[in-house]
Amino acid sequence: MERSVNMERSYNKRQEAKPHIAEEWVGKIYTLICIAFLVITIFSMVYFVASKGLSTFIVNGVNAFDLLTGLKWNPDIDVPSFGALPFIFGSFSTSILAAIIAAPLGFCAAVFIVELAPKFGRTFLQPVIELLAGIPSVVYGFVGLSVIVPLFRDLFPGQGIGIAAGALVLSVMILPTITTIATDALSELPAGLKEGSYALGATRWQTIYRVVLPTTMPQQMTGIVLGIARAFGEALAVQMVIGNAPHIPHSLFESTSTLTSAITLSMGNTAMGSVQNNVLWSLALILMLMTFVFVFVIRFLEGRKKL
Amino acid sequence: MSARTVDKIATGIIMAVAGFIVLILLGLLGYILIRGVGHISWHFLTSAPESIRAGGGIGPQLFNSVFLLVLTLIITVPLGIGAGIYMSEYAKPNRMTSFIRLVVEVLSSFPSIIVGLFGLLILVNKFGFGFSLFSGALALTIFNLPLMVRITEQGLRGVPLQQKEASFALGISKWKTIRSVLLPIATPVILSGTILAAGRIFGEAAALLFTAGMSSPRLDFTDWNPFDARSPLNPFRPAETLAVHIWKINSEGLAPDATQIAAGASAVLIIMVLVFNLGARALGRYMHNKFTAAK
Repeated sequence: MERSVNMERSYNKRQEAKPHIAEEWVGKIYTLICIAFLVITIFSMVYFVASKGLSTFIVNGVNAFDLLTGLKWNPDIDVPSFGALPFIFGSFSTSILAAIIAAPLGFCAAVFIVELAPKFGRTFLQPVIELLAGIPSVVYGFVGLSVIVPLFRDLFPGQGIGIAAGALVLSVMILPTITTIATDALSELPAGLKEGSYALGATRWQTIYRVVLPTTMPQQMTGIVLGIARAFGEALAVQMVIGNAPHIPHSLFESTSTLTSAITLSMGNTAMGSVQNNVLWSLALILMLMTFVFVFVIRFLEGRKKL
Repeated sequence: MSARTVDKIATGIIMAVAGFIVLILLGLLGYILIRGVGHISWHFLTSAPESIRAGGGIGPQLFNSVFLLVLTLIITVPLGIGAGIYMSEYAKPNRMTSFIRLVVEVLSSFPSIIVGLFGLLILVNKFGFGFSLFSGALALTIFNLPLMVRITEQGLRGVPLQQKEASFALGISKWKTIRSVLLPIATPVILSGTILAAGRIFGEAAALLFTAGMSSPRLDFTDWNPFDARSPLNPFRPAETLAVHIWKINSEGLAPDATQIAAGASAVLIIMVLVFNLGARALGRYMHNKFTAAK
């Protein structure tokens, strides 16, 4: 009996010594550590990629302007030249071309889902498009390599590899991004706007073209920029179909390279710390800076949302 | 042309585009499955790859992919949910929070190859983990954390405010409320989001080229001691995953049946991703019905 009273007393004491506050701290500290890990990771990422990328210019004395505008990429000869313009050109041309192909398709799909056939669109087309987003990029590359490249080889002069094949593969990859955002934008539109337009006697297409599209323009642009950003950073699918020749091509069906494909191909074959290796980190730095640009463009566009 | 005709034409075009997109997807899936499924056999799924002879399989790669996925989820889920809870419950609406939000957004739009390069520099070389499953899992964690944070936040924000207030009114502490009231309600959203993230992890290759490596040592599948170099369970061995394998045999494959192997491996990858997608949907729906009164 006495013992159980004692136990109870000690239990009470423990209760007093460990109030809710302690438990609160566990939660606070645990979640804080998690978020701190995230923030520290990204800062170290930016720091290390930047310091490696800048060492090309600081340690190896390569002229930054020459790197950005040079046309000759010849890292392995006695007097190497590091002109990365072909890669930059390749990255921009493939990703922008991909967006030009995917944007109208994505907008049409969104209009179909929201305006034309909501039931069929929501239960079938939308899941189908989301499924496209789940397909791994190497599979896109494989299909590009075994379907699109041979097709282009037959239809057009050249080997079939090049900007056109890369852009086509990328356009399918970024279609889900563009469609999802366009669909969200269209369904967020207040019904009054459309009804007003219909009440004035406008047809459905007139309403879409004159009311829906201009009002949702900032969000459509957000989707497109997100798509371009994804295409810009995509590495393996593009590398498999672009041919990887380090020069600016004369046609869409000629072998060329992008920033990511150059990094993928050469990073494993160069020794850490050599100038050949450092210059690849400079390419990665360009890639990273472009990511920042994309994020800020998206932020700017989101601020301009009209609704 | 009258406005009505234009409307008809535009409607037709939009319909055609929607049909075209469905055709692309069906063509894509059909092509991969038709070309690949014929090559899938028990032998293909379990035997080791051959470098120059025909008849190699994808056994070790498949095992590596699954093992890496498990390792990654073990690291990602607690970290991601913790950070998500912080962003949704603890973060005060101030400058610091919006700055963290920006950081997470930037991280989520980083190309995966940059994450891979960072892994090569820090995990593989500086921390000395080498080309290993562990480095790969950490790189994939970095790559997937923003997604996990977003999913958790979304799940927690979907919890009705009354539930939270009722718990506070009972005098339950905030952390206890989060653990035993908010998280269980948010579980369906978090779980189906995690499965989708798992599909993404399974198919990722660019971040793994320089972290988990492009080679697979001969594995001894009878040795389950995680500290042996030849054991499949050893997390500090280099490991080529299925996605990396597809890339490798397409760019430098020497085996005469490289295309068939790539097709078969792609089909396996696609089937796995489909299973993840449909599983996430079905599970989300099942849990939603079970946890809520909605029929």
